[in-house]
Amino acid sequence: MNDLLAARSQMAVSLAFHIIFAVIGIAMPVLMVLAERRWQRTRDPVYLDLAKRWARGTAILFAVGAVSGTVLSFELGLLWPRFMELAGPIIGMPFSLEGFAFFMEAIFLGIYLYGWDKVSPRAHLLAGVLVALSGAASGIFVVIANAWMNSPTGFTFVNGTFTDIDPIGAMGTPAALPQALHMTLAAYAATGLGVAGIHAFLLLKNPTSAFHRAALTIGLLVGAPAAVLQPLSGDIAARYLARQQPVKLAAMEALYQTRAGAPITIGPGIEIPYALSLLAFHDPHAVVRGLDVVPRDEWPNVALVHLSFDVMVALGTYMALVGLWAGWLALRRRQFATHRRFLWALAIAAPCGFLAVEAGWMVTELGRQPWVIFGILKTADAVTPMPGLVVPFTAITLLYCALGVIVAKLLARQIVRSPHT
Amino acid sequence: MPSLADTLAGIILAALTAYVLLGGADFGGGVWDLLASGPRKARQRDLIAHAISPVWEANHVWLILAIVLLFTCFPLAFSSIAIALHVPLTLMLIGIVLRGSAFVFQSHGGGGGRVFATSSVITPLLLGTSVGAVASGAVDQSASGKWVGFYAGYIAPWLTTFDLAVGLFTLACFAFLAAVYLTLETKDAELQEDFRLRAITAGAAVAAMAVLGLVMFPEAPRVNQGIVALVAAAALAALWSLWRRRYNWARIAAAAQVSLIVWGWGLAQYPYLVPPNLKITDAASPRVTLELALIAVVAGAVVLFPSLYYLLRVFKAKS
Repeated sequence: MNDLLAARSQMAVSLAFHIIFAVIGIAMPVLMVLAERRWQRTRDPVYLDLAKRWARGTAILFAVGAVSGTVLSFELGLLWPRFMELAGPIIGMPFSLEGFAFFMEAIFLGIYLYGWDKVSPRAHLLAGVLVALSGAASGIFVVIANAWMNSPTGFTFVNGTFTDIDPIGAMGTPAALPQALHMTLAAYAATGLGVAGIHAFLLLKNPTSAFHRAALTIGLLVGAPAAVLQPLSGDIAARYLARQQPVKLAAMEALYQTRAGAPITIGPGIEIPYALSLLAFHDPHAVVRGLDVVPRDEWPNVALVHLSFDVMVALGTYMALVGLWAGWLALRRRQFATHRRFLWALAIAAPCGFLAVEAGWMVTELGRQPWVIFGILKTADAVTPMPGLVVPFTAITLLYCALGVIVAKLLARQIVRSPHT
Repeated sequence: MPSLADTLAGIILAALTAYVLLGGADFGGGVWDLLASGPRKARQRDLIAHAISPVWEANHVWLILAIVLLFTCFPLAFSSIAIALHVPLTLMLIGIVLRGSAFVFQSHGGGGGRVFATSSVITPLLLGTSVGAVASGAVDQSASGKWVGFYAGYIAPWLTTFDLAVGLFTLACFAFLAAVYLTLETKDAELQEDFRLRAITAGAAVAAMAVLGLVMFPEAPRVNQGIVALVAAAALAALWSLWRRRYNWARIAAAAQVSLIVWGWGLAQYPYLVPPNLKITDAASPRVTLELALIAVVAGAVVLFPSLYYLLRVFKAKS
């Protein structure tokens, strides 16, 4: 394994690990606040139990997310010093704002977790709301920094350096809105349906548990609307890509030649005529640029990007359908807890959101290669000169594998398990 | 009137100081967890966990803030430090991950107390060693990128007696701060006495190391004589207050002592951000970035400080 590949792999592992915790850190506080609010209204102890368990779960996941996020902020320089030299002055702004949002999240999570009998019920609920808001804000700021790497704006690039930089303009990169929207919805959909799915599975074994019923309902309340809206935000993202990052879109859709009336290719050999033109420009005859618009050495890994994209879309579609089904059942006032087929469908959806998030990040990161700043700086030119990068890569990977196993065990034992009744 | 770049360098040092005073004490708590002993061993550990739980994540964010401001405002300094100190910083990160996750696993019934305590010792050592390497001019920017061999380029610069001594000194300071703060975290007189003795021991160790360091490393960056005198005065005040069981005064004096040490380091290498070659002005981002960073810091502080005050008042008030 050469040093560049080791550095890329270490970054990929660090991001893939962190993003799970980031996503749950954004959405879990919403669930916990909803449970607490219901408890304050109904005084049904099931909701207090839920709020407390979810808060404990958030505490574990937030702590691991906080430290794995620290790792990333250092890795930006440890692995990609040349990238940070160039980009720091421009994208430092969203990172600084993220720093403050993260600070607020940590402060109010401390108050939420340990302040149950130290602050008034209203202040306690408000602390939870602030955790949820600052969690969403910090996620959005980080995604904006990434969006800038995809569509860099706010500078003039002369002789290998940036001049006339405009950090605020850089935050207004055209990729910011589609990416932030897509990622935030993904966080709510993955976490909401993840929680609902786990409790759906437990309800299949224990259909009368009030605890699992309550958890499932709140999970659906957050996850189902987000899952249903997600294809719309995907459409916005695809139309942005067609205009700003045609090569990434071409790799996602395995479109080798520029053509009018472009089809969508699913897997090997299945084509839906005109679908890509329709999707990208809302016009069946529009010209979609293919991979042939750039030289061969500027192509991303088409097979991997295309596969990741199809996986993401398939999972997202399934989740949207489950979300619609949930909405339909709710409209007809059917009980979720006794509808075994729905519970099975929901249980299957539980891991889907997280897999889709990973696949989606593979699409956007691999799809930008060989660039780290699109059109400006190649990933190969940004890497640290330090040799032997396979060693830190291996160390971080082993560390995160171990942590992942421990977290999963701890959550299963402390949070999800049925209360003693 | 300090320049904009100097102001931001000062803010970064202030964030680092806050990290040392707050986050450092959390690491110090881990040190005393490792060294818990005597008939009240379990109670000591409980007190430490209880004191750290609500605040350690917020305390940890100071480090992230310092790093983010460093790469925003002084990207050249960030990249040269990250290249030259890749090894100790990566090890420190592993320590940070292990400390944080082991602590939270322990608080939620998952075990991991040993890992928490051990990584609380190793992480400050590596942080201090990295600071020592920066201060002693090991991060020579003119050398970065030149192939000089792995050991000569990436290990030897920070594996010096001076850098390791700074690492040990950092650990002692963190342990000292933690022991002093812990005297105020309990009403149990026996526990208070345990940590009073630990604070006095650690404070004496800090003082001895400081004196030894001044003698052993005459070539080290010159710390301003006035600051050395102030550090000595604060150290004496801290030890005196501990002796007389004036714990509130001890806390103030200890925090002042350690802050002065951090600022003594900063001023000793001024105007260099990364000695021996990189000055603050040379490493600085364009003016517009610095201005926006300053605005972001001020705006952030307006929401941050009241929240932080609230957090500390809720959990640290009755002491």
